[in-house]
Amino acid sequence: MTVAPAPVVLNGDAEAQPRRHPLTESALPPRRTRKRLAKYLGLTPFAIYVLVFLAIPTLLAVSTGFFTSTGAFTMANIVGLFDPAILTTFFSSFWVSAVTAVVGAVVGALVCYALLGTKAEGALRSTIDSASSVLAQFGGIMLAFAFIATIGIQGMVTLFLKNTFGIDIFANGVWLYQVPGLLLPYIYFQVPLMIITFMPALEGLKPQWAEANATLGGTRFTYWTRVAAPVLAPSFFGSLLLLFANAFSSYATAAALISQGSQIVPLQIRTALISETVLGRENMAGALALGMIIVMIIVMTGYSALQSRTARWQK
Amino acid sequence: MSRSIATRIGAEPGKATRSVILIIVGLVFVVPIAAMLEFTFRAGLAGGYTFAHWTGIFDPAQASNYSNLLVGIGNSVVLAIVTVAIVLVVLLPTMILVHLQFPRLRRVLEIICIVPITVPAIVLVVGLAPVYSVVVTILGGDTWTLAFAYGITVLPYAYRAIQANLGAVDMITLSEAGRSLGAGWLRVLWHVILPNLRRGIIAASFISVAVVLGEFTIASLLNRTNMQTALLQLAQTDGYVAVIFALLSLIVAFLILLLIGRLGRTRGNRSTS
Repeated sequence: MTVAPAPVVLNGDAEAQPRRHPLTESALPPRRTRKRLAKYLGLTPFAIYVLVFLAIPTLLAVSTGFFTSTGAFTMANIVGLFDPAILTTFFSSFWVSAVTAVVGAVVGALVCYALLGTKAEGALRSTIDSASSVLAQFGGIMLAFAFIATIGIQGMVTLFLKNTFGIDIFANGVWLYQVPGLLLPYIYFQVPLMIITFMPALEGLKPQWAEANATLGGTRFTYWTRVAAPVLAPSFFGSLLLLFANAFSSYATAAALISQGSQIVPLQIRTALISETVLGRENMAGALALGMIIVMIIVMTGYSALQSRTARWQK
Repeated sequence: MSRSIATRIGAEPGKATRSVILIIVGLVFVVPIAAMLEFTFRAGLAGGYTFAHWTGIFDPAQASNYSNLLVGIGNSVVLAIVTVAIVLVVLLPTMILVHLQFPRLRRVLEIICIVPITVPAIVLVVGLAPVYSVVVTILGGDTWTLAFAYGITVLPYAYRAIQANLGAVDMITLSEAGRSLGAGWLRVLWHVILPNLRRGIIAASFISVAVVLGEFTIASLLNRTNMQTALLQLAQTDGYVAVIFALLSLIVAFLILLLIGRLGRTRGNRSTS
């Protein structure tokens, strides 16, 4: 009994030895395998965590659509995705995401351009960076409040336009709590996201390229159209896709603004989860989640393909 | 000097162009925030302004109206702490281990950590509902258990912050130097690796806090109360106070992120990409 612990102590000592003796190490195969095992064991907490809270929920989310609440296989929910009512919500989600992504990308790119040449450590940049992060990631409920206070029925801008210019922005009905009402709040978080994602690409433009262009007699116009634009294009369109995905998957702002009805896909999922019967079908939320994730995978694949092309110029 | 050359050859905008763009966009972006502020001073539909809504927050007589919000804020703070703990105890050691011992798994880890961007919260919540019905039977239905889901939502941000730091420091050489000087693994981890990752760890923690404080989707659809769901609920009864707290939380989040920015570039290393 007293002898048994000895090898353990020895092993403990050996482990404290430098690893630069590969020969002696491989001369002790049992310890090596044990060590390897220990290394792999170190990966298990993360693996289990991701399995339980990411992999399983994702699989459940996309697979429940294929089953009824009693567990029988059904295609009814998937067929339900092609119901005109559901297709309309997908279409609404598409156009809201597309419009806000394009506007956000263009305005955001303009701001990035304006920030070129400012010091990255300066007060201006760090303020804009932080404000962008807050608005892009933190928004949600606050943005709904902000826009109700701005262009709600009693909003500051609504009243100002009415009292000063006699313009009633709701002359044709209150659109803030409908799908068009999502446009402005969404643009409000799309522009900051564009600034965050596109700025590194713009900063990747080397001053030498502009100098070379100037030395060769190029104008400012030829520099931006012939040099900068081709270099920036993958990054710009990649960011555009990311913005699209961002708007497409955004829920909080819409949930806070639109309390009745389910005009876009995330709100449709809300209805499906709460009432559990959309179109009289059970587990419709799963089918909607599957539909959403297919769109997201297509968009994000495009994004990462474009992103890897961008990385070339940022070395 | 270099700036004026860069401007002349067209690589950078001129001062006037820059100012025009930034001022116009800046003004447009200030309007909704200003509108929120203006709203908190309104006396009511009749018009006129008052400080009552702001002073009312400190009025103990009205405190009961905000009790749900206070519960929500308390829950959010607990969730933020537990989420940061998950990042530091589960994600961070795995990232270090993979970086030092399993270089081939680096790409796999990266892909796993980016997945939550492709699987939005609104989709994840559909599958989380059944998972949580099991979690509740094991750990109870307390709000803090939501942090397991939040750990997933912050994964891309936390990963990026730590990875930027891991990539910038030569951890392999440092840890081998430590080992060859006779230090054990724990000692190397505690005295060599972690101090070098301090900035990444702090940035990851702060971004996690910001994301958790702003989270609405999962809490709302799993019927838990956090700051955001409580704010939305409060908006139905007392819109003014809801907007005041929304403004305050925006400011707090802004300051948190400003701090990350400062930490991130103290040594010329940009930790966001």
